[in-house]
Amino acid sequence: MNAIEVRELTRNYGKLIAVDKVSFQVFEGEIFGFLGPNGAGKTTTINMLCTLLKPTSGKAVLCGHDVQTHRNQVRHCIGLVFQDPTLDEYLTAEQNLRFHAYAYKLPAELREKRITEVLALVDLSDRRKSHVRTFSGGMKRRLEIARGLLHNPKVLFLDEPTLGLDPQTRRHIWNFVLQLRQQQKLTIFLTTHYMDEAENCDRISVIDHGHIIALDTPEKLKDSLGGDVVTMMAEDNDAAARELKEKFNLSPEIQNGHITFSVPRGEVFLPRLIQNFQEPLISIGVHRPTLDDVFIKLTGRAIRDAEMGEKDQMKQMMSMRMRGR
Amino acid sequence: MTDIIRGTWIVSYRELLRFFTERSRTFSTIFMPLVFLAIFGAGFQNLIPNLSPGVDFLKFVYPGIIAMTVLQSSIFSGISIVWDREFGFLKEILVAPLSRSGIVLGKVAGAAAIALMQSIIMLILAPFLHVELTLLTVVALIPVVIIIAISLSGLGVLIASRMRSQQGFQVIIQVIIFPLMFLSGVFFPINSVPSWMAVIGKINPVTYGVDAIRQIVLGKNISAAGGVMGESGSQLGVTVFGHTMTAGQDILVVVAIGAVLLALAIWSFSRQE
Repeated sequence: MNAIEVRELTRNYGKLIAVDKVSFQVFEGEIFGFLGPNGAGKTTTINMLCTLLKPTSGKAVLCGHDVQTHRNQVRHCIGLVFQDPTLDEYLTAEQNLRFHAYAYKLPAELREKRITEVLALVDLSDRRKSHVRTFSGGMKRRLEIARGLLHNPKVLFLDEPTLGLDPQTRRHIWNFVLQLRQQQKLTIFLTTHYMDEAENCDRISVIDHGHIIALDTPEKLKDSLGGDVVTMMAEDNDAAARELKEKFNLSPEIQNGHITFSVPRGEVFLPRLIQNFQEPLISIGVHRPTLDDVFIKLTGRAIRDAEMGEKDQMKQMMSMRMRGR
Repeated sequence: MTDIIRGTWIVSYRELLRFFTERSRTFSTIFMPLVFLAIFGAGFQNLIPNLSPGVDFLKFVYPGIIAMTVLQSSIFSGISIVWDREFGFLKEILVAPLSRSGIVLGKVAGAAAIALMQSIIMLILAPFLHVELTLLTVVALIPVVIIIAISLSGLGVLIASRMRSQQGFQVIIQVIIFPLMFLSGVFFPINSVPSWMAVIGKINPVTYGVDAIRQIVLGKNISAAGGVMGESGSQLGVTVFGHTMTAGQDILVVVAIGAVLLALAIWSFSRQE
């Protein structure tokens, strides 16, 4: 049985289709990454999977339970860490966890033992009785992860688990997530728009404008680009691109004043290019493909650029929702 | 059903936990009624003559202040929902396997418990204000206070169920709370005001809460006043269509209005996604 089965899941906000007939499966025990710019439909999808939002149409099954007809069963088998903090800052770490234990019907004899366990897991044992408002951002996130795990869920949702954290804390959280998967046989479903973090996933699906446009392992996605990525800047980018097309039979793209294209074995290709190139060059570089490159290839733009446009769209969507009420 | 009960107790448990950890809130909750009593009781005491034999203004206003305290803390309790929505904790509650009605009832139960605590403080102060209370009166008051608190918390939760900002909630609450408070017979007998005001007062659910508490606290003094006033019924009570309400009837009105408000609150809260 797959941990998550999604078939033609759709959600509209008025006329705007936030998620459009999305289908995918998440296997048990894998880290599944959901990638895309803000407003691409990531959070809408997660909200539907965790029973916070009703799908307009389609079906989603988690751990064998339908999200529409068996909400409570689904809620019992998932743990959630949201993008925005959802802790009660005026309570202590322990009180937050205890509330969660009560809410998820953890048997009384297990309760305190589990609280001790999860606090140890996230290195917060010594802060058990501290008020959450005294915690740093990273500590809060860790406490939320601990809380998400308290009731032994089968699937853990992490919505942008490292958003707004400093690089060191981000690394810390990631080490922790990877360690967690080894120890707990947990399925992890996470969204991120940090491409470097997505590399840690077993499989990645890229979502844009409510559609899934790719789904594979990070390795295969990068291989699909066909080799290494060359980035160069010429005095006349258009002329240089034309020359690349004609002389080397490549398909270069111009973006932000840079020309990019993929070639197999870039380190061998580069000397040959430089010897034979007519147009004056300013700079040239080659790197192994990253998921960023994959994203550019798939959507025709970098994830950062995409965000700006999408944010406006998001705002528009929100105001449409407000007016709808 | 067990889901509803579980939801109710968990949410009310946290509500109380929060109440006691926030010292400023605990303090103001206890302090507010004292201020009201001091101003309206001691301040107006010497300006306003006895309303009827044996009932001076302080005695008249004392039950009203209890009701007002309950009104304030009950309606205001809704703010914790708005607070939770603003700071994200509501999401933690909403994704938990708890029933939506249980969550609403838990908020209401927590609010009722806090309102009850306030009224008990007021009851403890009675001897200092020369209001005579028997143990029986106190025992009779407690369930009445709880009923009023539950009904009015229903209104608070109903308003809060879809609000997104605390400021917005506070503005609306102020607009609602003032007419409810001043047109309820807390400060003047509703039977002795201009008829347009009396009509509004008699639509106001708080009026019946105030009257029920007042009848229980003043007991024989009200009926004595009634005797003086003759057939038109008690000057201090509430007369609807020529009928002077008894405490029991008052409570029935509060229960009925409360049931409607609670049902609406649960409906409105459950509808959100």
